[in-house]
This record gives sequence, structure tokens and C-alpha cells, in this order.
Amino acid sequence: MSATYPDDLLYTKDHEWARLESKGEQKLATIGISRFAVDQLGDVTQVELPKEGESLKQAEVFGSVESVKAVSDLFAPLSGKIVKVNSPLADSPEYVNEDPYDEGWMIQIALANPDELKQLMDAEAYQAFLREQAE
Amino acid sequence: MAVDLESKDRFAARHIGPDEADVAEMLAALGLPSLEALVAETVPADIRLRGALALPAAVTEAEVLAELRALAQKNQIWKSYLGLGYSDCVTPPVILRNILENPGWYTQYTPYQAEISQGRLEALLNYQTMVTELAGLPVANASLLDEGTAAAEAMHMLAGVAPAAQRQGDAETRDAVFVVSAGCHPQTIEVVRTRAKPLGIEVSVVADVGAFDFASRPDKPILGVLAQYPATDGALGTAAGWRALCDKAHAAGALVVMATDLLALTVLTPPGELGADVAVGSAQRFGVPLGYGGPHAAFFATKEEWVRKLPGRLIGVSQDAHGQMALRMALQTREQHIRREKATSNICTAQVLLAVVASMYAVWHGPRGLRAIAERVGGLGAVLARGLERLGVKLRHGQFFDTLRVEGSASDVEAWLAAAQERRINLRRLDAQSLTIALDEATTAEDVRALWEVFSGGKTIQFSTSELAAEARLPWSADLLRGSPYLEHPVFNSHHSETEMLRYMRRLEARDLSLTHAMIPLGSCTMKLNATAEMLPITWPEWNRLHPFAPTSQTAGYQALFKQLEAMLSEITGFAATSLQPNAGSQGEYAGLLVIRAFQESRGQGHRDVCLIPSSAHGTNPASAVMAGYRVVVVACDDGGNVDLADLEAKAREHHDRLAALMVTYPSTHGVFEPAIKRVTSIVHEHGGQVYMDGANMNAQVGLTRPADIGADVCHINLHKTFCIPHGGGGPGMGPISVAKHLAPFLPSHPLVPTGGGPTGIGAVSAAPWGSASILLISWTYIRMMGAAGLKRATEVAILSANYIASRLKEHYPVVYRGAGGRVAHECIVDTRHLKKLAGVEVDDIAKRLMDYGFHAPTMSFPIPGTLMIEPTESEPKAELDRFCEAMIAIRAEIADIERGAAPREGNVLKNAPHTAAALLAAEWPHPYAREKAAFPLPYVRASKFWPPVGRLNNVLGDRKLFCTCPPVSEYA
Repeated sequence: MSATYPDDLLYTKDHEWARLESKGEQKLATIGISRFAVDQLGDVTQVELPKEGESLKQAEVFGSVESVKAVSDLFAPLSGKIVKVNSPLADSPEYVNEDPYDEGWMIQIALANPDELKQLMDAEAYQAFLREQAE
Repeated sequence: MAVDLESKDRFAARHIGPDEADVAEMLAALGLPSLEALVAETVPADIRLRGALALPAAVTEAEVLAELRALAQKNQIWKSYLGLGYSDCVTPPVILRNILENPGWYTQYTPYQAEISQGRLEALLNYQTMVTELAGLPVANASLLDEGTAAAEAMHMLAGVAPAAQRQGDAETRDAVFVVSAGCHPQTIEVVRTRAKPLGIEVSVVADVGAFDFASRPDKPILGVLAQYPATDGALGTAAGWRALCDKAHAAGALVVMATDLLALTVLTPPGELGADVAVGSAQRFGVPLGYGGPHAAFFATKEEWVRKLPGRLIGVSQDAHGQMALRMALQTREQHIRREKATSNICTAQVLLAVVASMYAVWHGPRGLRAIAERVGGLGAVLARGLERLGVKLRHGQFFDTLRVEGSASDVEAWLAAAQERRINLRRLDAQSLTIALDEATTAEDVRALWEVFSGGKTIQFSTSELAAEARLPWSADLLRGSPYLEHPVFNSHHSETEMLRYMRRLEARDLSLTHAMIPLGSCTMKLNATAEMLPITWPEWNRLHPFAPTSQTAGYQALFKQLEAMLSEITGFAATSLQPNAGSQGEYAGLLVIRAFQESRGQGHRDVCLIPSSAHGTNPASAVMAGYRVVVVACDDGGNVDLADLEAKAREHHDRLAALMVTYPSTHGVFEPAIKRVTSIVHEHGGQVYMDGANMNAQVGLTRPADIGADVCHINLHKTFCIPHGGGGPGMGPISVAKHLAPFLPSHPLVPTGGGPTGIGAVSAAPWGSASILLISWTYIRMMGAAGLKRATEVAILSANYIASRLKEHYPVVYRGAGGRVAHECIVDTRHLKKLAGVEVDDIAKRLMDYGFHAPTMSFPIPGTLMIEPTESEPKAELDRFCEAMIAIRAEIADIERGAAPREGNVLKNAPHTAAALLAAEWPHPYAREKAAFPLPYVRASKFWPPVGRLNNVLGDRKLFCTCPPVSEYA
């Protein structure tokens, strides 16, 4: 069981997270939604994701996640080309609820513009943002 | 002593629940001297209607029925062989009486509360199973409005899923082509055209769809093809031809929609096996009366991969809290109430009652019975064809299902039509040199003989039907004969005796809570009385056996009734003209916006494309606006729930040059008469826009104010809310629109029957010229029996009842919004959001617990998540209002027990609700409360207990593991 808001991730105000890694010259980011988003949605019943090879711009809608009562768009935290998609989510959307930071990841992209990283929040800033929102 | 011969029986007193004494008590509870005083505090003075509505004087039930009988005599039932997707049929009497004429089946609303809707959910699952198996496609919805709209929905779905559209890179539907075969029914083509225009889709009608060259349109992506099978002139095509068309289309990234006929599919190869991606059509001929156009159920089937793009309701299998199979509406996140402007359809409901009838027809006849009906129709066609050949008459198609195309010279055709007319027979003239004869279940050998006489040129017929039957063969091409089995599920093979059938339908009926049990206080739905006198005429043959395209000279009764009803609705709304065509409230919205669009185009203002919609609006509004080609701009609401005037003004100014319309519900969806409504409408007019009023809350207006008086230009009227058409368990409805004079020239028209705006009209929005004509009788009858005074009184009492409930509940649940005078309109929203923090109780828990008390929950989480919106209507007597309030108050006390720690936060009487008999009788009772408290929480419950047939639905399981056809019998309890 991972932490509620793991320290090694970056977060957005739309409640997506990104985990960075380097592969040779390439900077990759794995993307999913935060525990807060998961709690808001309730039991996820469907995750709609794009195809590998598509390019995304920061803040662009790349898919949607549905519960019984709500549907929410997914916004790309960073620009880049999609290199991997978590296809098991199609049959097992419950992974998003059970393990949002690991088995519940959604896509991995090769970053087009690493400068954008500056706009994301670390775990501490994100939690401060959540507290501020709750008020 | 002189005697008084006047009847004292006034219908209004039967329709309105609270009597004089009740009204006095309710007013006293509110501290008010009179209904007038209540209205003065509720309805803003500047919009009050001065004087009474000019409507015919009220009549009694007996008088209105006599009037309707006289009017019915003006309709002439000729033998109609017009086809066009409407076939006469035999409604099995056991289904007619026990479903179509039975309030236990027609008074419920959409099955939102699945636990107390299992009966019709099972019937709808049967319907979906029937459609999927006959169409040869794996998923089907729970029905749509009519064949034309189903075809239009298919086009819209293709715009989102067709590979050619996707290749364009953008899900936008602009600049695409939809190819339509000229072999489709003309009204279907017209409804598709109307829908395509605002979406920017080009409809290309082609004579020979099989020969269509997909490379001929390199300029635009081709979404797909719509073809009719069998075609409108009876042509069947060949299996190879259909498969080649589907292959060609798929290779070009286009998809294929086949409009088809369920009865034909019992003997012909289904669309799915020919390669089609979507099948649509009407289930009318499965036992649903013609009704001069409706109501009927259309169907829509497609492949699994597009189930999430399927328009309309979808019933799915899940489990309840005890692990028992239970049914529910699945994938609701597809629908307009969640997706709003992102929805691809504005459809709210289905045609449940008619889908249930059609499914029961299949249950009653079973696969063998259905095939026998199809073979008999085909056999009569074969005999007719042979006789015509003997008479020297030429047929275009050697192979057909039920429709023969006869050809001759122009003068032959004239002579045949004249001969038909002499015999009171309607044939369809296809063009100058051909006509069609469509046979159906109601056709007899006698009828075939009469048809021969039409073509015999006065000569004596020298042969008999039995003689020709001996030598005739079924007229179906061998290559198209169906090989695959269908309807093998036991439900379609077990209820063929009337005893079994009657009990099956009664068993299902007993699983549904309807108005025959208790009030259904659904806010915004107006679940009022559907009086028996209003319902009786709709199954009289003079009203329900007329073909929608029978010449209007044969339907003078209907024409007179339409005229009167249009005048009544125009008077009630204060407008100049009314169109009875829109088949549902959502369709009324769409039609009304198209009317605004056409008006603005006529004045060179066609570029106006911004539609302002308050954030509190029903989800259908933005979905309809998008369908009408508008951009939605949301207007904020203030803390009082009213339209934020500053925001409205700012947005109207910002979009001054593009402002097309405002859509506003009045009284608001928050259940209050906004005092500034006239300012709202004038801001929109000042910036060049038109005002569309959503008539969902019309029940608070009738006789007190009018849409025209608040400054609207057009409104729809949900006849199934305010004007007594029953909700049918989730359809049918009717959504006519009334418009100001400047909009009248643009009212919906029809390709086959002159109506509405005619050539300047927006085209057809529904397949039949007057929508679901037969149920218009219900609203007409209601208005005739109520009269102006009765209608006004009904509105006053509806408002009184809502305020009475608000007053009784306010100490237990906060009332979220009130008008300027401290009053709510005809409904009130009570807050339950704080209870989550206090006791872990959510609005669902209260809704489910109400079932244990014998009540259907109010509207949940609309317009504000976590709240309940209660609309009692004028029909509920005070005693029922009191029972409901007592139930709500008792539930609040149960919640208080949790707050105090006297009951646990989990596993309490709310969380475990509803309680089934099986759960209560289980040997194990691990709960911290008594069984008695669970089942009989108040004394009145003991007197007439409604037992929820299943426990709480597992919604998540149902959406994760989607299953939408009849499960194996072992699953049934």
C-alpha cells in the first residue's frame, strides 16, 4: 500500500500525477490520477484511454474515467508522445481504486517539453492545494 | 319540492386529491387565509394572469366520453395497406387489458429506483434480448421514440465512431457525408435530414445504394450508409448484395445502418449476419396499435464495441446486496443528465410501455408463433401476387416479405386507386406508375380477394384464395432465408397459454411500485393522476386502428381534436400556434431551438449560434442545444438559486452578435418562481436572442401565469407531466411546442402530410406528423373535464401541497430554496448533504429506506447533488402527503439514532435498506435492530405493505461487468 500522496510524484490541480524516469536521452512520465480524485469518483467502472503513438499537449483531454454516477475528463499534465497505455484497465478498472499509483497508472509519455515540469506541484504543495480547496 | 337534474359529479374534485376541508387545514398549517393569498406570496405580481383562461366549459366524465364517441365516428377505419413501417396487428387481448389498459403497468416512472422496478426491468431485458437476437447484433437499448429518430440517432452515433470520421482527427461531425438509400421510408429520410443539417452532416440520397462508389466523395469522410431492409417498396435485395455493400463500406471506413422489420427477421437473414453495424426500426407490429402514428417503440441494436455510445436507456444485469440477480439501468454516464453538452443524444427516456407490449407479444407467441405469423403474412402475399399475375398485373419484385410493388401505366394506377377507394381500401402510391400493397397480421383471405377486385377491372374473379394457396410458395429468396435460431430462452417458450401469460405479467407487475400503491413524489416529473376516463378512448378502434398516413379525409375526428387541443395549449401558454409533432420533451426542446434557428436565418441572422443555459438547467437542455448546432454558454446561478442577472447580462453582452437563445425553466429547476424572470427574458431580447422556456414545470403555471407572460418566445409542454399522459414506466411522452406568432411559420412539417409550417417549416422531427397521436386524447380529455377553473385550482393545490410538505419537513430537513415571498412553487428541495458528516448517511440511503415505508423516493441529486426534490402534485390527498411526511420524519429520527451513537454508522437500518421478505425471514439476523422496525416502521405500513422484491442493487458490479440480455434461467430467483 503506497502513501496517500507519494513524495516521488508530481501533481496537477486537476488531480493527475506524473512519475518521471529517464531512458537514455528520453525523459518519460507515467501518468495517473491521485487518491483524492479516486475518492471523489467512487468506484471506477470504465477508463477510456488514447492509443499508443498519439501526441498530447499539456492540459489537453486524453481520456475519461467513469464511475456509476459521474464521468471526468483526464487532462495531460505534460506534453509528449504516448509510449505505453495501461491496457489491463479496460477489463479491470478497479485497479484505479485499489492502487492508483501503481497498477492503476494510465499512460506513459515521452516528454516533449521538460520545461513544463516546473508547473507541477510536489506532494507537499499538492496537499496544501487540497487543504486550500477544502476551505 | 323541485328536483335538480344537473349532475353534481365534477371531475376536478375527483382529480384533485385534497378536498375543501383538507385545503383549509393545509392553509391553516401555513398560516394563510386562502389559496389566493398563497398564490400572491408565490407568483410574482408582474407575471400574474389577470382573468381566466378562455377554455371550453368543464364537462363530466360521462359527457366527455359521449363527446369522444361522437368525434370518433368521424374517423373512418379503411383497410390500409400503406406500409411505410406501420402495420396493423392484433394486440393479444390478455396483453391489451393487463398491460396497455392497466395502471399497474402504465403509471410508473423511469426505473431510477431499480429495487422497486424489477418487473418492467425484466420486461425490458426481454425486449433487448428479443431485438438483439432478431437483429443478429449483440447489444440493443430499451427502445427509442420512433424509427425515424432511431435512424437519426444511428447517424449521430456513427459521427462519433465511424473510422472515417475518426481519421479526420477530430470527433467533430462537421463536413461529413451520410449516404441514405432512396429505398428508405420517406419520413425516415426527412427526420434524418432535419437532424443532419445543424450537425453539418450532408445527407446524400442515392437510388441504388448497392452501386454507390465510396471513392466518389474524396472531399469529405463518409460516415456510413442507411438502407432499408426490406425496402420501402418491398424489395429484399440479395444476401450477396448486402454483404458486398457492407464490405465496401467497411473498406472505406464507413459503417452500415439497416432499418429493418422485426417480423421479417423471424424468417430472413438478420442485419448482423449480413455485415451491418447497426439495426434500427419499429417494434410496432409486435402487438402495438397503430394509434394514428403512435406511441410505439423503436429499437436500436449494434455491436459490442459501441455499447458506450449507444443512445437511450440500457438495462443491465447485476446483483443485489444478497448476491441475488437484480436488474438496473446500466451505463447511465452515457446519458444527457450526466454528459450535458458533451452528450451525443438528448434522449431522456424510452418508450417503455410500448416496448413492454412488444416484448410480451414475443413472450406470448414465442419463436414458433412469430414465425407462423410471418409465414402467414408471406403466404397471403404470395397468394395475392399469384392472383394479380393471373389478372395480368405486373409486379416489380418477384421476391418480397410483405409488400408488393405493382406497376402499370399512369392511367392504370389512377384506375386502381379509384377502385380501391370505392372499396374503402388505402393503397400507397409510390410514383405515377407504381403503387405498393403492404400486408400484415390483420390481413385475411377475404381481404386478398377484395384486393384482387381492385385490380380486376370489374371482371369477375375466376379463382379462389384456397385454390391459389395450394400452388403458391413463400415469396422469400432462398439466399436470404434465416438459418440461425432465435428466442430460445425459456421466457419466450413458457407462457403460451393464457393462464401462464396472465400470471407472468401479474408476477412482474407485483414487483413494481406504481401510482396504484402510493404517491411517487418525483420532483420535476409531475406524477399526477392518470384518470381512467382519460385512458379509455385510446384503445377504441376509431382512435387506435388508423394508419398515420391515411388520408386526412378519413381522420376528421382526429383533425378536429388536434385543432381543439392546439387552441387549448396556445391559450394555456399565451402563444399563437402549437405543433403537436414532437414526441417527447427532449424532442420539443430540439424542435423549438430549430424553429428559433430557422427564424433567425430568415432574417439574415443565421450566424447566431450561442445558447445561454443556466447552470441549474436539466441536462437535456445543453444536449438539445448542441443537437441544434449551438454553442452552450453556461450562466451562473446566485445563492438563492436564481439566474445570476449580472452574469447573464455580462454573457449576453459578450456574445451580443452571436446570441441565439436562452433556455430557461420556469418556475426554475430549483422549484421557485424567480421574481426577476421578466428582466431575464428582456436582457436576452435586448441582445437579439430568443427565449426558449422549458415547460417541465408547467404544472405550477397553468391558469396563474403563462410562458408568453414571462417573455418567452417558444416553450414545450410535457403532456406526460402537466396534462396527464401516464409515464408508462419510462415512456411514452409527448412534448408539443407552442410559439409566438413570429415563429409560427417555422413549426415542424412533414413530407407526407401537410402540417405545421409547411414549406417554411423546419422539416420533420418525428416520424409521424402528429407524433404519438393517440395519447393526445388523454390531454384533450383532461382539459375538457377540468375547464379553466379546474385547471387553475389544480395548479393552486399543487403549489399548496408542495408548501405544506416544505412546512412539515423544514424542522427535520432544511429546505434549500424559497422564492422571494418565502414560498416554494410546486416542488421543494430538501437537504440531506449534512447527514453524511453527521451520521454517514447519504441521499441513496434515505431513498432506499423510503421503500421500506412503501414510498418511491423523490428525485435524487437533481438539481443539487445530495438533495431530494419532492413534487407531490395536486392529485395526492392530504392523508397521503401526511404519510409521506411521517415517513421522512421517522427516517430522520433513525438518522438521529446514528448521530447519538444509538445505532452504528454501518450496518444500520438505512444502510441495509430496502429489506426484502427473504432477508427478514432468514434464520440469521445479525443486525442491531428488530426485524419489525425494518419491515413495519410505522403503523400504516402494516395495513398495506409493498415488499421490495430485491435488496440494494450493486451498481458498480453492473457497470463493470456489463450484461444486457436475459441471463440463463438458473440466475432467476
